[in-house]
Amino acid sequence: MSVEVIAEGKDKRVRSNFLKKIPQVYYFLVIVLAGGLILDQFFASGNILSNPTILRNILVRSVALGIVAVGQTFVMIGASIDLSVAYTISLTSVMASLIMQGDPARVPMALGIVLLVGVAVGFINGLLVTKLNVNAFIATLGTGLIIKGVLNGMFSSGSMGSVPKGFQTLGYGSIGPVPYSIILLLAVVLIGWFILSWTKFGSHLYGVGGDILIGRLSGLRTSRVLIIAHIISSLTAVLAGLFIVSRLGAGAPWVGPDGVYDLESVATTVIGGTALSGGRGGVFGTIAGVMIFGVIDTVFNQLGVDTYLKMVIRGAIIILAVASYSVRSKREAA
Amino acid sequence: MTTSVNNPAADKGATFFEIVWEWIRKIPPVYPIFIAVAFGVSQLNPNFATANGLMAFVRRAAPLIILAMGQLFVLASGGFDLSQGSVVTLTIIGSSLIIYNNEEYTYVAIAIMIGLGIVIGLVNGFVVAYLKVPSLIATLGMLLLVKGGGLYWTGGAPKGYLSEAYRFIGRGFFENVPVIGRFPASGIVLLVVGAILVILFHKTNLGKQILAIGDNAQAAKLSGVKVKQIRMIAFMISSVCAIIGGILLGGYGGTSYTAGGDMEMQSVSAAVIGGVLLLGGKGSVYDVAFGALTLEAMVSLLNLLGLPKPYRDAVQGLIIIAAVAYAGLRMKKRD
Amino acid sequence: MTKDQNKAIIPMIEVHNINKAFPGVQALDNVSVKFMPGEVHAVVGENGAGKSTLMKIMAGAYKPDSGDIFFQGEEIQLNHPVQAQDLGVAIIYQEFNLLPERTVAQNIFLGREPSKLGVISPPQLNKQTEDVLEDLGVENMINPTALVSTLSVAEQQLVEIAKAVSLNAKVLIMDEPTASLTNTEVNLLFDLVATLKNKGLAVIFISHRLSEVFGIADSITVLKDGQIVGTKDISNVNTEDVVYMMVGRTLDHYFPPLGTEEDFGEIILRVKDGANDFLSNINLDLRKGEILGIAGLQGSGRTELAQALFGAVPFSSGEIELMGKTIAIKNPYSAIRRKMGFVTEDRKSEGLALMQPIRDNMLLAIRSLQNLFSFIHPDGIRASRSMVPDLGEQVDVRVESYGNQAQDLSGGNQQKVVLSKWLASGAEVFLFDEPTRGIDVEAKARIHDIIRGLTKSGVAVLMVSSELPEIIGMSDRILVMHEGTIGGELPPASSEADIMLVATGQQNGNGKAKSAANDGGIK
Repeated sequence: MSVEVIAEGKDKRVRSNFLKKIPQVYYFLVIVLAGGLILDQFFASGNILSNPTILRNILVRSVALGIVAVGQTFVMIGASIDLSVAYTISLTSVMASLIMQGDPARVPMALGIVLLVGVAVGFINGLLVTKLNVNAFIATLGTGLIIKGVLNGMFSSGSMGSVPKGFQTLGYGSIGPVPYSIILLLAVVLIGWFILSWTKFGSHLYGVGGDILIGRLSGLRTSRVLIIAHIISSLTAVLAGLFIVSRLGAGAPWVGPDGVYDLESVATTVIGGTALSGGRGGVFGTIAGVMIFGVIDTVFNQLGVDTYLKMVIRGAIIILAVASYSVRSKREAA
Repeated sequence: MTTSVNNPAADKGATFFEIVWEWIRKIPPVYPIFIAVAFGVSQLNPNFATANGLMAFVRRAAPLIILAMGQLFVLASGGFDLSQGSVVTLTIIGSSLIIYNNEEYTYVAIAIMIGLGIVIGLVNGFVVAYLKVPSLIATLGMLLLVKGGGLYWTGGAPKGYLSEAYRFIGRGFFENVPVIGRFPASGIVLLVVGAILVILFHKTNLGKQILAIGDNAQAAKLSGVKVKQIRMIAFMISSVCAIIGGILLGGYGGTSYTAGGDMEMQSVSAAVIGGVLLLGGKGSVYDVAFGALTLEAMVSLLNLLGLPKPYRDAVQGLIIIAAVAYAGLRMKKRD
Repeated sequence: MTKDQNKAIIPMIEVHNINKAFPGVQALDNVSVKFMPGEVHAVVGENGAGKSTLMKIMAGAYKPDSGDIFFQGEEIQLNHPVQAQDLGVAIIYQEFNLLPERTVAQNIFLGREPSKLGVISPPQLNKQTEDVLEDLGVENMINPTALVSTLSVAEQQLVEIAKAVSLNAKVLIMDEPTASLTNTEVNLLFDLVATLKNKGLAVIFISHRLSEVFGIADSITVLKDGQIVGTKDISNVNTEDVVYMMVGRTLDHYFPPLGTEEDFGEIILRVKDGANDFLSNINLDLRKGEILGIAGLQGSGRTELAQALFGAVPFSSGEIELMGKTIAIKNPYSAIRRKMGFVTEDRKSEGLALMQPIRDNMLLAIRSLQNLFSFIHPDGIRASRSMVPDLGEQVDVRVESYGNQAQDLSGGNQQKVVLSKWLASGAEVFLFDEPTRGIDVEAKARIHDIIRGLTKSGVAVLMVSSELPEIIGMSDRILVMHEGTIGGELPPASSEADIMLVATGQQNGNGKAKSAANDGGIK
């Protein structure tokens, strides 16, 4: 073992205490919440974050991004990436509303088909990355573009069909004070957490992402693991698409790219503590990252801060957050 | 074009055909592909093969070519610049606002924009080299900063106009040129910028050291290469190219909020088609320029084939996957 | 167990007439060894003696060119490391195969997690891990839920061993297991090894530290240049015997003559009390025209010394004087600017940009000294445009074309290219780390000639090497590193035994044996 690592190992032992064990993203979340509360007091007399409607809005806004980010977390733990999610979301919304045509009886069929499509997209992404050895950035960018092209080509005009009222309850309805959408998000997060932390697949995914050679030496089926991760990512994109279309009433090709779901899901995942290089991270950190953005967005919205300034702040946060994680690393970043 | 002059077959006293075949094998795939596509276009649109048609094509393709050449510098050093598209948008809407139809502000606007480009590139480079943030994330953050900043600055609504002088750069022609008739102004810009970049990348230390960094940053560092500074310069070049591309695009298409769009993805695609390796260490300005030309020619071809604009995305997606898969297979064969 | 009883027992694993060649070098030459169950068997020998190769063959990572492997008496073919693992051969490399971001339990049972319908039961996982740790007697030292990245090197090693044991290893191979451990940790490791031995495993370990070997091993096999020198019961030999077995060979080539007093000039480089995290008390002088050889065991700080001089891993205290002027070398650029060059240990990962043309690799250092925006000349610099072919001739590199990629070259030619890089930048102080590792005999000789030729023109050379013939054949003076500091200085043409004795801490370079109290080793 190189002598450098001994020094690092000893260092780490000395520094590791309880506080250091909490992932940094939660500190950020606390800071952001605190900041939000302060701004709230000064500029809005504390009306923002104490208002249940507004709080609920924070969550609902974050649902679509949160669902997709969970999927992105999976592939990123596997040291891969999925840039096709935005277009998968669009595709789902368009297909769902076209198939349903406002008819509740057709909902199950529509759901079945879009889920199958999601599996297919994820499967193709996974194959490209594992069997053809195409860099995941390009592979998923490519499939995304293909979907974009086909979608815009076939559906740029004319009726997009519509989603039946009943289905829209997913987007707007609630059980008591809790919206269905939040339940959906919670379900996705919990299932994601369960898979990652409690199943063999999850354990293998961390192995493959952490060091694919170690994975192979341990007898893991590395290709299969990655393909499944990509399928999961695409399925979450499908779910997000279904949620979005339930709120919009009808699908459209621009919903995915408009929300910048691809890059934002990557950003929130990285802020949440998942490394681009794979092997570590988890869904709770990612959701914390999503929440950070959600709180900032909502508080600034209520305060009337310009939309575009919010974008600027978002960009700055991404850079600063990740910089604070990386500064200690000895690697040269590219 | 290929730079090496070695041809083992010639030394071994091979037959004429074998020598020629060795040369052919060394040609980067982007050239035959471009020729094939261009040929297809000219068949469907005879106008394309005329001087006029070609010049119109150059005018249209110039912005992307410049962006792609700038992106090359970052890719070759092993990074990504995802902020190019929003920098283009910033250029266009920012220039509109500064000029506000006053001709005399044309050059002021251009100077300010180029200055902004240098600053943006500097920040990108600093964050990546000194703060050690992966370039994917760093330039993603910058994308949002620039997009938000630009839109905020202009208030989010179309404001201002670009002056005639400004627009001439992007859409004007020089008339009465011998032989070819008209030559686009953007073509001149393209040639000048292209020449500078070719010199920087292929003829100066900078290019060689960028390639060394992308190939093996540790070995480069141990050989005295100033890795951090050079990474910063690469990002600065990429951003300045995005600014210049934006000036051309603004002239060509007018003030628009979506002009920049996802041009960074297209510039990466162009580079990939031009044979750039995404992890760094390999690339050529010429090949990348032709990668961009190929993309643009593909657009024309699809148009002529009656496939509406959106399908070009699908084809682009297929092409970049094929390009990287091919490059991957080619590298495997070496072992 | 007496020897007679041993004979009746089948070896756990046995290799028979194994041969393995790599381009330019015969790594193993007709090697046959038996490794018995319930025994600790040390394999010693110099760098390049073939120890690692032999281990890798037994672990299924390499295939032998010819020869047989027997496992518990049955002949086997190993095609893949996983196959060896399944059989019960576990190997622990110096670079651990652990996932730092996962827990001890998760690492040990990766791929074999206890589960029902795909769902892991953490209590069971942790319990299984506890059981394994208990088996080894280390359950109080390691928490199954601890992240591997928070463990010390010694603890990580325990995890690796636990993993091997949980895979029902019958053969445990350890490559330099004590290289990074403190004395206490080494003792703990040996207790563990004793436990494993009592369970009937065949424990094989490669080590350079002879005092440790004598502390724990039952038998010892000495390899030299790919051949077995002998396999002995530990009770029948002592340290000096082993040292003499490891060394003393007929040279495969002749070294150029050593320098004489007239060749040596003034002191060009001087270090006073240099120290950092890995080195202490470094005091040395380097004269123009001489080759200063740096010997020592693995982990003694040889490479770190060169790295410190070059600014790759700088000194944190102490002084460096170049031509009498005190300077600071905090990064490679400042060293290169002052006309130093460093031919590193691993040319592929640190010395070459493999995808770039050979000519660009040769010119990499000198170009970094020039203005970033100055025009390049394909084969040289403005002052000297045909530098590349000239350099190529000077180092005798054989290429089809200088435009080929560096990765197309053989090891010897690659090393020559790295060397030419520093000739191009006009280095006056050359640092070498393992200059001829993995290189065929002919290229080796050529490189040695070139290095000596450099000194004739006044260049100062500091050469780190683990190949004793090279140290002896090339060095005008020899410094022997020991545990991060200079153990002693030896005159030119010292014997291999002399060097090894200082390197292993038996002597301190003044010819005096260390008393037991002074001995830095174990037991």
